[in-house]
Amino acid sequence: MAGLTGRMSTVVKAKVSKLLDRAEDPAETLDYSYQKQVEQLQNVKKGIADVVTAKKRLQMQESSLQQSVVKLDTQARQAVAANQEDLARTALERKNVAQTELQSLDTQVTELEDQQQKLTDSEQKLRAKIESFRTKKEVIKAQYSAAEAQVRISEAATGVGEQMADVGLAMQRAVDKTENMRARADAVQELEAAGTFDDLTALGSGEDDIDKQLKELSSKPAVDDELAKMKGEIGAGGAASAGQIPSQSQTPPEGQ
Amino acid sequence: MIVRISGEDQYRLADADAEELKRLEDAVAAIVESGREDGFAEAYAALLGFVRTSGTPIAEDEIETSDHILGPPDLTFQEASTEFTGEGLIPD
Repeated sequence: MAGLTGRMSTVVKAKVSKLLDRAEDPAETLDYSYQKQVEQLQNVKKGIADVVTAKKRLQMQESSLQQSVVKLDTQARQAVAANQEDLARTALERKNVAQTELQSLDTQVTELEDQQQKLTDSEQKLRAKIESFRTKKEVIKAQYSAAEAQVRISEAATGVGEQMADVGLAMQRAVDKTENMRARADAVQELEAAGTFDDLTALGSGEDDIDKQLKELSSKPAVDDELAKMKGEIGAGGAASAGQIPSQSQTPPEGQ
Repeated sequence: MIVRISGEDQYRLADADAEELKRLEDAVAAIVESGREDGFAEAYAALLGFVRTSGTPIAEDEIETSDHILGPPDLTFQEASTEFTGEGLIPD
Protein backbone atom coordinates (compact mmCIF):
# COMPACT_ATOMS: atom_id res chain seq x y z
CA MET A 1 0.00 0.00 0.00
CA ALA A 2 1.38 3.37 -0.99
CA GLY A 3 0.94 7.02 -0.29
CA LEU A 4 0.02 8.87 2.86
CA THR A 5 -2.13 6.00 4.06
CA GLY A 6 0.76 3.61 3.98
CA ARG A 7 3.22 5.95 5.58
CA MET A 8 0.89 7.00 8.36
CA SER A 9 -0.16 3.44 9.13
CA THR A 10 3.47 2.42 9.41
CA VAL A 11 4.23 5.29 11.76
CA VAL A 12 1.25 4.50 13.93
CA LYS A 13 1.94 0.78 14.09
CA ALA A 14 5.57 1.31 14.97
CA LYS A 15 4.67 3.73 17.74
CA VAL A 16 2.02 1.48 19.19
CA SER A 17 4.09 -1.70 19.11
CA LYS A 18 6.95 0.18 20.75
CA LEU A 19 4.59 1.17 23.52
CA LEU A 20 3.13 -2.28 23.95
CA ASP A 21 6.53 -3.97 23.95
CA ARG A 22 7.56 -2.12 27.06
CA ALA A 23 5.70 -4.17 29.57
CA GLU A 24 4.47 -7.73 30.00
CA ASP A 25 1.74 -6.78 32.39
CA PRO A 26 -1.32 -5.27 30.63
CA ALA A 27 -2.06 -2.93 33.52
CA GLU A 28 1.48 -1.63 33.38
CA THR A 29 1.29 -1.24 29.60
CA LEU A 30 -1.89 0.77 29.93
CA ASP A 31 -0.47 3.11 32.53
CA TYR A 32 2.73 3.57 30.58
CA SER A 33 0.83 4.16 27.36
CA TYR A 34 -1.38 6.76 29.03
CA GLN A 35 1.61 8.49 30.57
CA LYS A 36 3.25 8.70 27.12
CA GLN A 37 0.08 10.16 25.63
CA VAL A 38 -0.04 12.89 28.26
CA GLU A 39 3.60 13.71 27.54
CA GLN A 40 2.87 14.00 23.83
CA LEU A 41 0.00 16.33 24.54
CA GLN A 42 2.43 18.66 26.32
CA ASN A 43 4.57 18.74 23.16
CA VAL A 44 1.54 19.71 21.11
CA LYS A 45 0.77 22.57 23.49
CA LYS A 46 4.35 23.75 23.21
CA GLY A 47 4.07 23.64 19.42
CA ILE A 48 0.95 25.82 19.51
CA ALA A 49 2.74 28.31 21.76
CA ASP A 50 5.54 28.52 19.16
CA VAL A 51 3.06 29.31 16.41
CA VAL A 52 1.46 32.02 18.57
CA THR A 53 4.89 33.55 19.23
CA ALA A 54 5.70 33.59 15.52
CA LYS A 55 2.36 35.23 14.80
CA LYS A 56 2.90 37.94 17.43
CA ARG A 57 6.29 38.71 15.97
CA LEU A 58 4.81 39.19 12.51
CA GLN A 59 1.99 41.33 13.92
CA MET A 60 4.49 43.61 15.64
CA GLN A 61 6.32 44.03 12.37
CA GLU A 62 3.04 44.76 10.66
CA SER A 63 2.19 47.61 12.99
CA SER A 64 5.66 49.09 12.69
CA LEU A 65 5.41 48.91 8.89
CA GLN A 66 1.98 50.56 9.02
CA GLN A 67 3.54 53.46 10.89
CA SER A 68 6.30 53.67 8.29
CA VAL A 69 3.74 53.84 5.47
CA VAL A 70 1.97 56.75 7.14
CA LYS A 71 5.25 58.51 7.88
CA LEU A 72 6.63 58.08 4.35
CA ASP A 73 3.37 59.29 2.84
CA THR A 74 3.50 62.41 4.97
CA GLN A 75 7.12 62.99 4.00
CA ALA A 76 6.33 62.59 0.33
CA ARG A 77 3.58 65.21 0.63
CA GLN A 78 5.89 67.58 2.44
CA ALA A 79 8.53 67.08 -0.24
CA VAL A 80 6.04 67.70 -3.06
CA ALA A 81 4.85 70.87 -1.34
CA ALA A 82 8.47 71.99 -1.04
CA ASN A 83 9.11 71.15 -4.73
CA GLN A 84 11.64 68.49 -3.84
CA GLU A 85 10.57 65.91 -6.36
CA ASP A 86 13.56 63.59 -5.89
CA LEU A 87 12.92 63.35 -2.19
CA ALA A 88 9.21 62.78 -2.79
CA ARG A 89 10.02 60.02 -5.26
CA THR A 90 12.36 58.33 -2.80
CA ALA A 91 9.75 58.50 -0.06
CA LEU A 92 7.13 56.99 -2.36
CA GLU A 93 9.47 54.24 -3.47
CA ARG A 94 10.08 53.31 0.13
CA LYS A 95 6.40 53.52 0.91
CA ASN A 96 5.80 51.15 -1.98
CA VAL A 97 8.26 48.62 -0.58
CA ALA A 98 6.74 48.93 2.88
CA GLN A 99 3.26 48.34 1.46
CA THR A 100 4.35 45.28 -0.45
CA GLU A 101 5.94 43.84 2.68
CA LEU A 102 2.83 44.71 4.63
CA GLN A 103 0.60 42.77 2.25
CA SER A 104 2.85 39.78 2.39
CA LEU A 105 2.95 39.87 6.19
CA ASP A 106 -0.80 40.14 6.30
CA THR A 107 -1.22 36.99 4.21
CA GLN A 108 1.17 35.16 6.47
CA VAL A 109 -0.45 36.28 9.70
CA THR A 110 -3.75 34.99 8.34
CA GLU A 111 -2.12 31.70 7.45
CA LEU A 112 -0.58 31.37 10.91
CA GLU A 113 -3.93 32.12 12.50
CA ASP A 114 -5.40 29.30 10.44
CA GLN A 115 -2.62 26.95 11.55
CA GLN A 116 -3.11 27.96 15.16
CA GLN A 117 -6.83 27.26 14.97
CA LYS A 118 -6.27 23.86 13.37
CA LEU A 119 -3.71 22.86 15.94
CA THR A 120 -5.94 23.99 18.77
CA ASP A 121 -8.76 21.87 17.36
CA SER A 122 -6.40 18.90 17.01
CA GLU A 123 -5.17 19.34 20.54
CA GLN A 124 -8.73 19.36 21.80
CA LYS A 125 -9.52 16.14 19.93
CA LEU A 126 -6.36 14.47 21.13
CA ARG A 127 -7.14 15.50 24.69
CA ALA A 128 -10.65 14.03 24.43
CA LYS A 129 -9.29 10.75 23.04
CA ILE A 130 -6.65 10.52 25.75
CA GLU A 131 -9.27 11.14 28.39
CA SER A 132 -11.41 8.44 26.81
CA PHE A 133 -8.40 6.11 26.85
CA ARG A 134 -7.91 6.81 30.56
CA THR A 135 -11.49 5.74 31.30
CA LYS A 136 -11.18 2.73 29.03
CA LYS A 137 -7.98 1.51 30.61
CA GLU A 138 -9.57 1.37 34.04
CA VAL A 139 -12.42 -0.71 32.60
CA ILE A 140 -9.97 -3.01 30.83
CA LYS A 141 -7.90 -3.41 33.98
CA ALA A 142 -10.93 -4.29 36.06
CA GLN A 143 -12.92 -6.47 33.70
CA TYR A 144 -10.66 -8.40 31.38
CA SER A 145 -8.26 -11.27 31.68
CA ALA A 146 -4.65 -10.62 30.76
CA ALA A 147 -5.02 -12.17 27.29
CA GLU A 148 -8.20 -10.28 26.43
CA ALA A 149 -6.77 -7.12 27.86
CA GLN A 150 -3.78 -7.21 25.47
CA VAL A 151 -6.11 -7.18 22.47
CA ARG A 152 -8.23 -4.33 23.78
CA ILE A 153 -5.22 -2.27 24.78
CA SER A 154 -3.86 -2.71 21.31
CA GLU A 155 -7.13 -1.52 19.73
CA ALA A 156 -7.44 1.54 21.95
CA ALA A 157 -3.77 2.42 21.76
CA THR A 158 -3.80 2.20 17.95
CA GLY A 159 -6.73 4.59 17.79
CA VAL A 160 -5.07 7.12 20.07
CA GLY A 161 -1.76 6.54 18.30
CA GLU A 162 -3.33 7.37 14.95
CA GLN A 163 -4.75 10.61 16.32
CA MET A 164 -1.37 11.43 17.75
CA ALA A 165 0.44 10.70 14.50
CA ASP A 166 -2.06 12.93 12.73
CA VAL A 167 -1.50 15.80 15.16
CA GLY A 168 2.22 15.19 14.69
CA LEU A 169 1.83 15.59 10.93
CA ALA A 170 -0.18 18.80 11.37
CA MET A 171 2.50 20.11 13.75
CA GLN A 172 5.20 19.35 11.21
CA ARG A 173 3.34 21.26 8.51
CA ALA A 174 2.85 24.19 10.86
CA VAL A 175 6.53 24.22 11.79
CA ASP A 176 7.54 24.16 8.11
CA LYS A 177 5.26 27.08 7.36
CA THR A 178 6.47 28.99 10.41
CA GLU A 179 10.05 28.53 9.21
CA ASN A 180 9.20 30.13 5.86
CA MET A 181 7.54 33.02 7.64
CA ARG A 182 10.53 33.50 9.90
CA ALA A 183 12.68 34.01 6.79
CA ARG A 184 10.24 36.66 5.56
CA ALA A 185 10.19 38.35 8.97
CA ASP A 186 13.98 38.42 9.01
CA ALA A 187 14.02 40.03 5.57
CA VAL A 188 11.72 42.80 6.78
CA GLN A 189 13.92 43.32 9.81
CA GLU A 190 16.95 43.67 7.56
CA LEU A 191 15.18 46.41 5.63
CA GLU A 192 14.39 48.17 8.87
CA ALA A 193 17.94 47.76 10.12
CA ALA A 194 19.25 49.19 6.84
CA GLY A 195 17.25 52.33 7.54
CA THR A 196 14.86 51.79 4.67
CA PHE A 197 11.91 53.15 6.59
CA ASP A 198 13.80 55.81 8.52
CA ASP A 199 13.33 59.53 8.46
CA LEU A 200 14.09 60.75 4.96
CA THR A 201 14.56 64.41 5.81
CA ALA A 202 17.96 63.46 7.18
CA LEU A 203 18.99 62.27 3.73
CA GLY A 204 20.78 64.41 1.23
CA SER A 205 20.01 64.40 -2.48
CA GLY A 206 22.79 61.86 -3.16
CA GLU A 207 21.62 58.39 -3.96
CA ASP A 208 22.88 55.66 -1.71
CA ASP A 209 22.97 51.94 -2.19
CA ILE A 210 19.63 51.44 -0.48
CA ASP A 211 17.99 53.83 -2.92
CA LYS A 212 19.32 51.91 -5.89
CA GLN A 213 18.07 48.63 -4.49
CA LEU A 214 14.72 50.12 -3.68
CA LYS A 215 14.30 51.44 -7.18
CA GLU A 216 14.81 47.96 -8.51
CA LEU A 217 12.39 46.56 -5.96
CA SER A 218 9.59 49.06 -6.21
CA SER A 219 7.32 49.20 -9.18
CA LYS A 220 8.10 52.37 -11.04
CA PRO A 221 4.73 53.08 -12.72
CA ALA A 222 2.98 52.90 -9.35
CA VAL A 223 5.40 55.44 -7.91
CA ASP A 224 5.04 57.72 -10.96
CA ASP A 225 1.26 57.55 -10.74
CA GLU A 226 1.18 58.30 -7.08
CA LEU A 227 3.63 61.16 -7.43
CA ALA A 228 1.53 62.69 -10.21
CA LYS A 229 -1.61 62.30 -8.13
CA MET A 230 0.05 63.83 -5.10
CA LYS A 231 1.24 66.79 -7.15
CA GLY A 232 -2.27 67.27 -8.50
CA GLU A 233 -3.80 67.17 -5.05
CA ILE A 234 -1.30 69.53 -3.55
CA GLY A 235 -1.44 71.85 -6.57
CA ALA A 236 -5.23 71.94 -6.38
CA GLY A 237 -5.00 72.65 -2.66
CA GLY A 238 -2.95 75.71 -3.61
CA ALA A 239 -2.49 77.00 -0.13
CA ALA A 240 -0.10 74.30 0.95
CA SER A 241 3.20 75.89 1.74
CA ALA A 242 6.58 74.24 1.90
CA GLY A 243 7.24 72.02 4.87
CA GLN A 244 3.60 71.83 5.88
CA ILE A 245 1.46 68.78 5.73
CA PRO A 246 -1.50 69.48 3.48
CA SER A 247 -4.87 68.62 4.89
CA GLN A 248 -6.01 65.18 3.82
CA SER A 249 -9.76 65.29 3.48
CA GLN A 250 -9.62 62.13 1.44
CA THR A 251 -7.14 59.31 1.68
CA PRO A 252 -5.42 58.66 -1.62
CA PRO A 253 -5.77 55.14 -2.95
CA GLU A 254 -2.78 53.00 -2.04
CA GLY A 255 -0.34 52.64 -4.89
CA GLN A 256 -1.28 49.12 -5.91
CA MET B 1 -15.72 2.06 7.23
CA ILE B 2 -13.78 4.85 8.86
CA VAL B 3 -11.94 7.48 6.85
CA ARG B 4 -9.64 10.12 8.27
CA ILE B 5 -8.98 13.43 6.58
CA SER B 6 -5.59 14.25 7.93
CA GLY B 7 -5.50 17.26 10.22
CA GLU B 8 -9.28 17.46 10.20
CA ASP B 9 -11.53 14.64 11.38
CA GLN B 10 -12.43 10.99 11.20
CA TYR B 11 -15.68 10.13 9.41
CA ARG B 12 -17.82 7.02 9.46
CA LEU B 13 -19.05 6.08 5.97
CA ALA B 14 -21.44 3.38 4.85
CA ASP B 15 -19.73 0.40 3.22
CA ALA B 16 -21.78 1.18 0.11
CA ASP B 17 -19.84 4.44 -0.25
CA ALA B 18 -16.59 2.58 -0.83
CA GLU B 19 -17.14 2.40 -4.59
CA GLU B 20 -17.65 6.14 -5.02
CA LEU B 21 -14.73 6.85 -2.72
CA LYS B 22 -12.53 4.63 -4.83
CA ARG B 23 -13.73 6.31 -8.04
CA LEU B 24 -12.98 9.81 -6.72
CA GLU B 25 -9.65 8.69 -5.34
CA ASP B 26 -8.66 7.11 -8.65
CA ALA B 27 -9.48 10.39 -10.39
CA VAL B 28 -7.05 12.23 -8.10
CA ALA B 29 -4.41 9.55 -8.57
CA ALA B 30 -4.78 9.71 -12.37
CA ILE B 31 -4.15 13.47 -12.37
CA VAL B 32 -1.13 13.11 -10.13
CA GLU B 33 0.27 10.32 -12.29
CA SER B 34 -0.21 12.41 -15.43
CA GLY B 35 2.21 14.92 -13.92
CA ARG B 36 -0.02 17.87 -14.90
CA GLU B 37 -1.58 19.92 -12.19
CA ASP B 38 -4.74 20.80 -14.17
CA GLY B 39 -7.83 19.81 -12.24
CA PHE B 40 -5.95 18.49 -9.21
CA ALA B 41 -7.41 20.94 -6.71
CA GLU B 42 -10.96 20.30 -7.96
CA ALA B 43 -10.61 16.51 -7.95
CA TYR B 44 -9.03 16.48 -4.51
CA ALA B 45 -11.71 18.82 -3.14
CA ALA B 46 -14.38 16.51 -4.62
CA LEU B 47 -12.83 13.53 -2.83
CA LEU B 48 -12.72 15.29 0.54
CA GLY B 49 -16.15 16.82 -0.04
CA PHE B 50 -17.64 13.38 -0.61
CA VAL B 51 -16.19 12.10 2.68
CA ARG B 52 -17.45 15.15 4.57
CA THR B 53 -20.97 15.05 3.17
CA SER B 54 -21.52 11.29 3.05
CA GLY B 55 -19.87 10.51 6.35
CA THR B 56 -20.67 11.45 9.91
CA PRO B 57 -17.85 12.84 12.05
CA ILE B 58 -16.65 10.56 14.79
CA ALA B 59 -17.07 11.91 18.32
CA GLU B 60 -13.98 13.39 19.86
CA ASP B 61 -13.94 10.93 22.74
CA GLU B 62 -14.49 7.90 20.51
CA ILE B 63 -11.33 5.93 19.84
CA GLU B 64 -11.31 4.32 16.38
CA THR B 65 -8.65 3.22 13.96
CA SER B 66 -9.17 4.43 10.40
CA ASP B 67 -9.57 2.12 7.43
CA HIS B 68 -8.35 4.86 5.12
CA ILE B 69 -6.31 7.97 5.78
CA LEU B 70 -6.50 10.80 3.27
CA GLY B 71 -4.10 13.73 3.13
CA PRO B 72 -4.69 17.14 4.68
CA PRO B 73 -7.10 19.57 2.93
CA ASP B 74 -4.23 21.89 1.95
CA LEU B 75 -2.25 19.10 0.29
CA THR B 76 -0.45 20.53 -2.72
CA PHE B 77 -0.04 18.88 -6.10
CA GLN B 78 3.68 18.62 -5.46
CA GLU B 79 3.19 16.96 -2.09
CA ALA B 80 0.68 14.57 -3.61
CA SER B 81 3.17 13.70 -6.33
CA THR B 82 5.78 12.66 -3.81
CA GLU B 83 3.32 10.79 -1.60
CA PHE B 84 1.76 8.67 -4.33
CA THR B 85 3.61 5.80 -5.87
CA GLY B 86 0.91 4.70 -8.26
CA GLU B 87 -1.44 2.73 -6.06
CA GLY B 88 -3.24 5.78 -4.72
CA LEU B 89 -4.29 6.55 -1.22
CA ILE B 90 -6.76 3.71 -0.88
CA PRO B 91 -5.60 0.14 -1.36
CA ASP B 92 -7.61 -2.25 -3.50
